Amino acid sequence: MAGTAPVADTAGAGEASGAFLDVRDLKIHFPTDDGLVKSVDGLTFQLERGRTLGIVGESGSGKSVTSLGILGLHNKRNSDVSGEIWLDGKELVGASQNEVRRLRGRDMAMIFQDPLSSMHPFYTVGNQIIEAYRVHNDVSKQVARKHAIDMLGRVGIPKPDKRVDDYPHQFSGGMRQRAMIAMALSCDPELLIADEPTTALDVTVQAQILDLIRDLQQEFNSAVIMITHDLGVVAELSDDILVMYAGRCVEYASVDDAFHRPQHPYTWGLLGSMPRLDRERSERLMPIQGSPPSLINVPSGCAFHPRCPYAELNDGKSETERPELVEVEPGHKAACHLPLEKRREIWADEIKPKL
Amino acid sequence: MFAYIVRRLIGAVLMLLLVSLVTFGIFFWLPKLAGQTTDQIAAGYVGKAPTKEAIQDTKERLGLDEPVVVQYGEYLKALVVGKDYKAGPVTDHCPAPCMGFSFRSSQPVLETLLDRAPATASLALGAAVVWLAGGISVGVISALKRGTLWDRAAMIIALSGVSLPIYFTGLVSLALFSYSIKIFPGGGSYLPLTTDPVTWFQSLVLPWVTLAFLYAAMYARLTRAGMLETMNEDYIRTARAKGLPEKTVVTKHALRATLTPIMTVFGLDLGLLLGGAVLTESTFGIPGLGRLAIDSINTGDLPMVLGVTLITASSIVVINLIVDLLYAVVDPRVRLG
Repeated sequence: MAGTAPVADTAGAGEASGAFLDVRDLKIHFPTDDGLVKSVDGLTFQLERGRTLGIVGESGSGKSVTSLGILGLHNKRNSDVSGEIWLDGKELVGASQNEVRRLRGRDMAMIFQDPLSSMHPFYTVGNQIIEAYRVHNDVSKQVARKHAIDMLGRVGIPKPDKRVDDYPHQFSGGMRQRAMIAMALSCDPELLIADEPTTALDVTVQAQILDLIRDLQQEFNSAVIMITHDLGVVAELSDDILVMYAGRCVEYASVDDAFHRPQHPYTWGLLGSMPRLDRERSERLMPIQGSPPSLINVPSGCAFHPRCPYAELNDGKSETERPELVEVEPGHKAACHLPLEKRREIWADEIKPKL
Repeated sequence: MFAYIVRRLIGAVLMLLLVSLVTFGIFFWLPKLAGQTTDQIAAGYVGKAPTKEAIQDTKERLGLDEPVVVQYGEYLKALVVGKDYKAGPVTDHCPAPCMGFSFRSSQPVLETLLDRAPATASLALGAAVVWLAGGISVGVISALKRGTLWDRAAMIIALSGVSLPIYFTGLVSLALFSYSIKIFPGGGSYLPLTTDPVTWFQSLVLPWVTLAFLYAAMYARLTRAGMLETMNEDYIRTARAKGLPEKTVVTKHALRATLTPIMTVFGLDLGLLLGGAVLTESTFGIPGLGRLAIDSINTGDLPMVLGVTLITASSIVVINLIVDLLYAVVDPRVRLG
């Protein structure tokens, strides 16, 4: 697990560390008329080539904002991005827009949630892949077209030499997501961010797409960030899990740890929200009470305290002091005021038996 | 596709029939309903202090004594096969599509229309070029610079452009650029392109700009709104994620999608204008279809009014058909059939 563990920074601020992707204290804020929306508020993690990091959390926890931030897709006019993002030794937050643009698509690519709305309806699938390839590669249209057909074949589209001239609306949902993946991978990116790639698909297709992403990752040895609210997807694909709540990381662990020894009440809640068919109907779900906090008025102290069933056990500390993300076990971090022993006890006695 | 075009053409013919029926009804049937005798109607076409014979003659020539349905039938028949008019010993043959003769000038309506059409077409097409170029570029820049001083200024000017009537902006521009500063010739200086291209151009600059100002203002607002919406689309985010330069994102991806609905509006506007830009032509003294329509209405020249109406309706119908066919080319999701 050492490869993806958020070990203590060996490199100081403003220096490249050894990690392939190194996000340090990333903050993405949006000034609005109602106040400052702190979508991402101090996020730190690292990721190596060939590894997969799953970022999970509810809607509005800052997952997608983080991924768009790494790609530099936030409009500078309406957002404040601070912190550092190091990709293969290059810092991205302070880089010029043009530099980041050149990296987009070539060194880092993204697969979006809804492949129908994410592809231009007026251009053929082939044209859109050709365009993605030709921005970064100085080749003729014929060569790019061959490459596009090749890519479509690799992501499992039958008769790619015919389908290359189809429009997105002529593809089925699963096919479109495959085409989207082909487009993202057309320049062999070393970092692939998949933002809920299977949410819009039906379950049988979901499994195929996840398989495809895993196979391609092995083939290309790219680093993958899998953004999802579906813990099943994470369990299937990821090496590590980063649990986000209100723009911050509340728990970071290997998949094994996160599913078998989770250390944060919010992670317990997420696990409890997974339906289980092998339980009595009334016991299948244990939803987290309440709703995600407003990112303008993030609750004081621990942002999760208004929804946390164990907040009273901390003598008011939850309301006043923000828990730091500390390493509880090697490669396993959590941000919670509860004493570690108490957490292990609650997990073993109250939560685990019900899951 | 072929079946679609045929169906649309049949629809177009039915539409034109309806338009001609309504117009014909207004001019030949309503007066009867209002209690006018055919003598009174005929008298309107003969001049001051008409003689009995002249009225009788006119009634026979125009078939005013026939029931309105028969008159309308005759009118349609003339459109399809032509018609012979007997005037004393001479017989005037009016070949199809015959729209009859002007009550005033006795010229064939079609000939007059064809004579006037180039002036209107020059005005409408030239103005269209100006307003498309101006309106769309201002709209795009405003959308990209939303909320800036430029955007606000452009939208205020656009709002005034939409609100100010042509006979105001036209007269102001004439006063400024033709009478105070003598850059452009004054009203009524229009000459056909084939006669004198230089005068043709000079005399049309002010009308083009005046007419285009109104439309450019509308198109700037349309484009701005469309661009703002399109720039938030997921596929624009995808285009950026691919690493495309912003220029490509805006022109190839965003503008392309924004222009498609604008094309529909443009078809309607241009079709209407090709039937005569009444206010602009009157203000600048351009002898086009719009002026002809006004003059004909003022003098009660019914065949001419009917003719202009039919031409306007036809141009709207035809241009809309073209736009719908183009739509299928531009937006592959549209399948005609």
